[in-house]
Parts: sequence; C-alpha cells; structure tokens
Amino acid sequence: MEKKTCLYDRHVALGALMSPFGGFIMPIQYTNITDEHNAVRQHCGVFDVSHMGEVRITGPDAERYVQHIFTNDVSGAPVGQIYYGMMLYPNGGTVDDLLVYKMGENDFFLVINAANIDKDVAWMKEHTAGFDIKLDHQSDYYGQLAVQGPEAEAVVLDVLGIDGRDLKFYTAKVVGDIIISRTGYTGEDGFEIYGSHEFTQKAWDKLIESGRCKPCGLGCRDTLRFEVGLPLYGDELSADISPVMAGLSMFCKLDKPEFIGKEALAEQKANGVAQKLVGIELADKAIPRHGYAVLNEAGEVVGEVTTGYHCLSVDKSVCMALVKTEFAKLDTPLSVQIRKKVFEGKVVKKKFYDKHYKK
Amino acid sequence: MAKFEEGLRYSESHEYIRVEGEYGYVGISDYAQHALGNVVYVDMPDVDDEVTAGEEFGAVESVKAASDLISPVSGTVVEVNEALEDKPELLNEDAFGNWIIKVQLSDPSELDALMDVEAYKAHCAE
Repeated sequence: MEKKTCLYDRHVALGALMSPFGGFIMPIQYTNITDEHNAVRQHCGVFDVSHMGEVRITGPDAERYVQHIFTNDVSGAPVGQIYYGMMLYPNGGTVDDLLVYKMGENDFFLVINAANIDKDVAWMKEHTAGFDIKLDHQSDYYGQLAVQGPEAEAVVLDVLGIDGRDLKFYTAKVVGDIIISRTGYTGEDGFEIYGSHEFTQKAWDKLIESGRCKPCGLGCRDTLRFEVGLPLYGDELSADISPVMAGLSMFCKLDKPEFIGKEALAEQKANGVAQKLVGIELADKAIPRHGYAVLNEAGEVVGEVTTGYHCLSVDKSVCMALVKTEFAKLDTPLSVQIRKKVFEGKVVKKKFYDKHYKK
Repeated sequence: MAKFEEGLRYSESHEYIRVEGEYGYVGISDYAQHALGNVVYVDMPDVDDEVTAGEEFGAVESVKAASDLISPVSGTVVEVNEALEDKPELLNEDAFGNWIIKVQLSDPSELDALMDVEAYKAHCAE
C-alpha cells in the first residue's frame, strides 16, 4: 500500500494522473508533461516533493559521522552550505545520492530519495558505532515543495512572503519553522521549502491560487532533470553503478581522510571502470527507453539505456546509457534497439540542455 | 471528454478501423490519445508489410511511454499515413481524422469480433 503525501487530496481535486512512485502515490501530471515542462523552463512551476526523506544528524560527532558516510567534504563549511554527494557501499556501489545541509556546528539535515528511505535509514543506523550522535528520522514530519523556474524567486517572495533573494545557489536558511534552500532538480533557478504538513498545505494553496505557478507532476520533473544531465537513483546510480561510472567523481572527495567506499572509488579512478554512463543522440525521433539495448557498429550489445526521452527543449531523441568503456568516447557511433528496429546515433555529452542556475 | 465515432469498429486495445470495401483504415481512438497524452512519435510499418489480427504492428510514443499498436485485422499494409512522421501530434488533434495505416483485408470476417461504438463506449467506461 503506497503512502500519501499531505497534498494528496489536492492533487486528486486538481485532476492529476496519480501513480505509484518510490512507495508513494504521486501526481505524474495535471494537464500534460510538455506544458508543465515548459512552464518550469519559461516561468514557474511547483512540485509536491514531500515524498523525499529527511534525516537530522546532531551531536558532538555529527560532522565526523557525516564525513564517514558521505562522499563529499563538509569540513569547514559555513552554516547554510549544502552539498550533493552519495552514500556508498564498501565496493563503491551507490546506496543513495543525497543533499547534506549544514544547519549549524555538528548539525546536519540530510535529504534522501523516497524509494530509499527505509534502506538509507537502516544503513545510517548500522554505521553509528563509535560516533556520539543523535539520528532523527523526520520524513513523517516534513512536507516539501519545489518552486522552480526563472520566476521562482519573485513568486516565493510575493506569494509566500519568503525572501530568497539573499540565498546563493546551494545554500539554505531557516525562516520560522521552515527551511528554504536554493536547490532543485530541474536545471532552473528555484527553491525547495521544507515545512510541517500544515505549512506545506497552506503554501501550496497560496501558490496555486496565485495563478503564477503551475502545478507540475513527477513526469516533467523527470524530463527536466534528464535533459540537464542530472542522475536519478535507480536509473543512472544504483548498487551496481558507482559515482565514477556515472561520471560524478567530482562529488567524491578522495582527499578526505576516509569515507565508506573510498578505497573502491580510488581503485576505480586509478584502474578505470568497465562501464561508463554516456549520452547518446539518435538521428531519428524514436524514443530510447530504460532497459533498451545499445549496439555497436557490428550489432553487438555493448550497453543499456538508463533514461531516454524525446528531449522537449531541443527536439531530439536522446538517452543516457551505461556502455562498455571502450565505446564511451564522444562521437562513437552507437545504435539503440527500439522494438524491432535499430536506430543509429552517436555518443554525445550527457547534458542535452544547459542549466540556468542563478549563482 | 473523449469523443466516439459511429460507424467504426473498435478493438479492446483502443484501435479503430474504418472499413471501405476491401480496405480498412486503422488508427487509435480519441479515448486512447487522451490516455496517452502528447504523442511525439509514431512507429509505423512499411507498405507491403503483413499485419495480423491481435498482433503488434507499430507503436505510439508519448513523452512518458511507448504503447504498442495492435492490428484489429489481418492483411497487407497498402499505405501509411506519412503526415504522422513529421506531425505525430495530429493524433492528439484529431484521432479519427488521422488514420495510421491502410490495410487490404485478408479476412473480413475478423471484423465481427470487434466492437461497435456502443460496446466500445461501455468498454471505456469499465
């Protein structure tokens, strides 16, 4: 049985197409994916992302603990700084990718993927031995809204009365009972706002009633994040896909004294990996989907599509795919088997559309 | 609200066929295009390909998913709607006005197994 977010009734009332995602029943679209996608690229959209999980780590060893389980380096960070990175298995496979907010000295707020909440919290608890910390699982308390798009700053200020103008990219602040950060998963400027269910419901209602902010479902959240090359756990990262394979080494600081998975990543960096994540652009408009086979010029299977779309912002069929490393160079001819036909393409950068962050 | 057109035969998988003599024009229903959302690609067979009742002959791709096209009849493809190659969104604009393939029927008795519009409406309401 899927869980419902605190905005479930509102989604149904808006006529959203609801579907299971990550253990929750979530809105996929309200009108259609294309319109919602374009609203975020051109104006402003609001997403219910209350399915995301939150964990607060406090205590005398909180920083040392986060440094142990997290690939990025939070040492010496100013309060309000946010880091993207991963939790890894000792073999370098990915437990989850997450955001870590530094809320204070030895006080961190971790935001994890909905589908991984139970696994992640268990993983964190397994690795607390030797650390004097308090681990507070707060997913049931927090709702979360993502207000995204070039008009997000003005909408959040005018409609919610929250001034995000002083927030730089990847920073957060506390306003009353809520946490607001200049973050997102769309490649546009925008904010993510964590608050109680009551706050989240009221803020959602204000945003929708204002008419300045289109309700957007997880359908366009996926097309938006995909075309700017952001990974989704389960597609581009998994227990079998390390950050090195996914091209995310920059978020793994091997100069840190230690973190779980560091040795495996160092070995992968030194000796190379068997498979790498690439972008593939097709000549035709057929759409490569997750799991479709990637073929070399000889027709041999050399990889698999992780995510693919007809890219809405550039009008091309493109995908990310995990392929044997020898086929990962730019411009390598690779084809995708789509149903009965083989569609020719070539390796391109994984970023199909440029991000428009306000930094 | 989905539109329904009289005089066509419908399959459970939401294809329609408009029969004219020994030929049938096969497309997807208005109900189907609604359910799919924005169509961005139509994967069509080639002229002279054989199609078989109940078997896949192509696919309609929306942003989120690919849906197989299932032929309501058996026969030979004599024409494909080339306008859909450049403008797949025509299926959203007018599903009944934009057929996908024209088939020369090899066994017209197969039409008896398909639904009329009233039966199809009931099927969509289930």
